[in-house]
Amino acid sequence: MEKYNNEQRMNRQMMLDKLFRNVTRMFAFLVLALLVGILISLVIGALPSIKAFGWQFFMTSDWDPVSQKFGALVPIYGTLATSLIALLIGVPVSFGIALFLTELCPTWLKRPLGIAVELLAGIPSIIYGMWGLFVFAPLFADHVQPMLIDNLGELPLIGFLFQGAPMGIGIFTAGLILAIMIIPFIASVMRDVFEVVPTLLKESAYGLGSTTWEVVRYVVLPYTKTGVVGGIMLGLGRALGETMAVTFVIGNSSNFATGLFEPGNSIASSLANEFAEASGELYLSSLIQLGLILFFITFVVLACSKMLLLRLKKQEGKAS
Amino acid sequence: MAENNIKLQVKNLNFYYGKFHALKGINLDIASRKVTAFIGPSGCGKSTLLRTFNRMFQLYPGLNAEGEILLDGHNILGRDVDINLLRAKVGMVFQKPTPFPMSIYDNITFGVKLYEKLSKAEMDDRVEWALRKAALWNEVKDKLKQSGNSLSGGQQQRLCIARAVASRPEVLLLDEPTSALDPISTAHIEELIHELKEDYTIAIVTHNMQQAARVSDYTAYMYLGEMVEFGDTDAIFTTPKKKATEDYITGKFG
Repeated sequence: MEKYNNEQRMNRQMMLDKLFRNVTRMFAFLVLALLVGILISLVIGALPSIKAFGWQFFMTSDWDPVSQKFGALVPIYGTLATSLIALLIGVPVSFGIALFLTELCPTWLKRPLGIAVELLAGIPSIIYGMWGLFVFAPLFADHVQPMLIDNLGELPLIGFLFQGAPMGIGIFTAGLILAIMIIPFIASVMRDVFEVVPTLLKESAYGLGSTTWEVVRYVVLPYTKTGVVGGIMLGLGRALGETMAVTFVIGNSSNFATGLFEPGNSIASSLANEFAEASGELYLSSLIQLGLILFFITFVVLACSKMLLLRLKKQEGKAS
Repeated sequence: MAENNIKLQVKNLNFYYGKFHALKGINLDIASRKVTAFIGPSGCGKSTLLRTFNRMFQLYPGLNAEGEILLDGHNILGRDVDINLLRAKVGMVFQKPTPFPMSIYDNITFGVKLYEKLSKAEMDDRVEWALRKAALWNEVKDKLKQSGNSLSGGQQQRLCIARAVASRPEVLLLDEPTSALDPISTAHIEELIHELKEDYTIAIVTHNMQQAARVSDYTAYMYLGEMVEFGDTDAIFTTPKKKATEDYITGKFG
C-alpha cells in the first residue's frame, strides 16, 4: 500500500512537471508567433504598394496622395538622421552620467541624482514634444540657430548641413529632443552594468597606477561591453520608434532636404499623422510598407549590435 | 636592522573608517628585499595596513590615515604625493585573481604602457621577463593572444603577479595571494615569493600561519588594530615574547 502511494505521487509529480514544461514553452512560442504574425500582416498590407512602386519606393521622395505617388526617402532619412543625432549627443552624455554616478560621485549625491535620472525616463513623450515645440524651439531659433547658420553654413563639405532658415523646428531639434529622451535609459543601463564590475578588478587597475579614466577605458568598458552596447541599442530602438515627441518638432514636411535645420519627417511620425486621412488602397498600403521598413531597420540595428559584440569578443582573445 | 636597509617606515599610523578607529598607533620598519608577513585574526587591520602603503583606501570616501609612512624617507601620506606614481612604485596582488578582460600579453603590458614608452621588441622582452619572473612563461608562451580569463585560477594569480612585476615596482604588496588557490598553486606562489624577494621588498598578509613561517623573514602579529609583536619570523614562531602571540600561533586563540 505504501509503495503504491509513492508511485502515485511520482506519477502526479511527473504529470505536473510535464504540464509546467508545456505551459512555459507555450508562452515562449507565443512571442515567436506574435513576431511572425505581425511581420506577415505587415507584408500582406504592404503588397499593393510593393507591387506598384518596387525599389522606387526607397529612392523617390514624392509623397503625393492626390496623384497616388509615394516614395519613402524623406521619412527614412528623417528617422535615421534624427536617431543618429540622438545617439551622437545621447551616448557621450549618458556615459558621463553613468561614470560620474559610479566612480566619482560623493555618496550623499548618488541617490538623488540616480532618482532624477530615472524620473526623467518616466516623463511621457508628449511632454517632451510640447516642451520642444513651445520652449526649446523658439529659444533655439532666436539665439543659437542664426549664429550656427552664419558661422558653419559656409564651411566646405559640411556647410550644407547648417544652411536654411532659423525656424527652431526640424531634423536637428527632433534629434536633440530624442537625445534627451534616451539619455535616462542609456545612462541607467550603463550605471547598472558599471556597478557590477568587481571592486578587486578596478583596484587592480588602480594599483598599477592608472587614473580613473584609464581604469574606465581599459577595464570597466571592456568588462561591461555587452551591457553598454545593449543599453545603447535600447536607446536607439526607442529613438527609431518614437512618435509623439518627434511629430511636434520635426516639422512634418514631405520635401526632401539634407540640412539639419530643415523640416523633415520620420517614419513613425508620418504614420501617426496620416493614417486617419489615408484614403485609397495604395495610400494605406504605402503607410503599411513604411511600418515594415521601420520594423526592418530596427531588426538590422539589432543584428549589427550582435555582430559588433562578436567582433569585440574576438579582439579580446579566444576564451579557451 | 640597519637604517639604510629600511624600505618602508611606518610611524605612529592611525587609520579611521569614518569614526571607527581601525589602526592604533602602528610603528613598523619594513626591510628592503625581505619578506614581511602580517598575521592576525580577521578584522585585526592587517589588510587595512597593507592598503595604506599604496593609498588604495583613498578610492573610498570617509577613510582616513594619520601619521607617517616613509618610502625611502619620503612621506607617502603627504598631500603633494602623486598617488598614481606611488602605485606604480608599490605594486599589489589581491585575494582573488583579477585578470583584466583582455589578452595575456595585454594584461602584462597594461601597467608598463602607463609609465613607459617601449618599442615592440622591448615590450616583448618585458612581457617574457615578467612572465618568467612569475614562473608562467613556459605555460603561456604559445598563447599570449588568448584571454587572461582562459587560464586556471593558479595561473591567473601568477599572471597578476607578473602584471605587478612588469612595471618594475620597488615594493610588492600581497593581500592573501593564495587564499583562493589549491595547495599546488599555493606552493608555486610561495616559491615565487622566495625568488622575488631578491629584487623586491615584499609585504604579505596571510591567514595561513604556516605560510607566514615558510615565506617570511619578519612577521608582525596584529590584533584589534594594534601591533602586538613584530620581529624575526623564527623568533616569533619559536619564542614569542608575548602570551597573546603564542596563543594565536599555537591555535589556542579564541
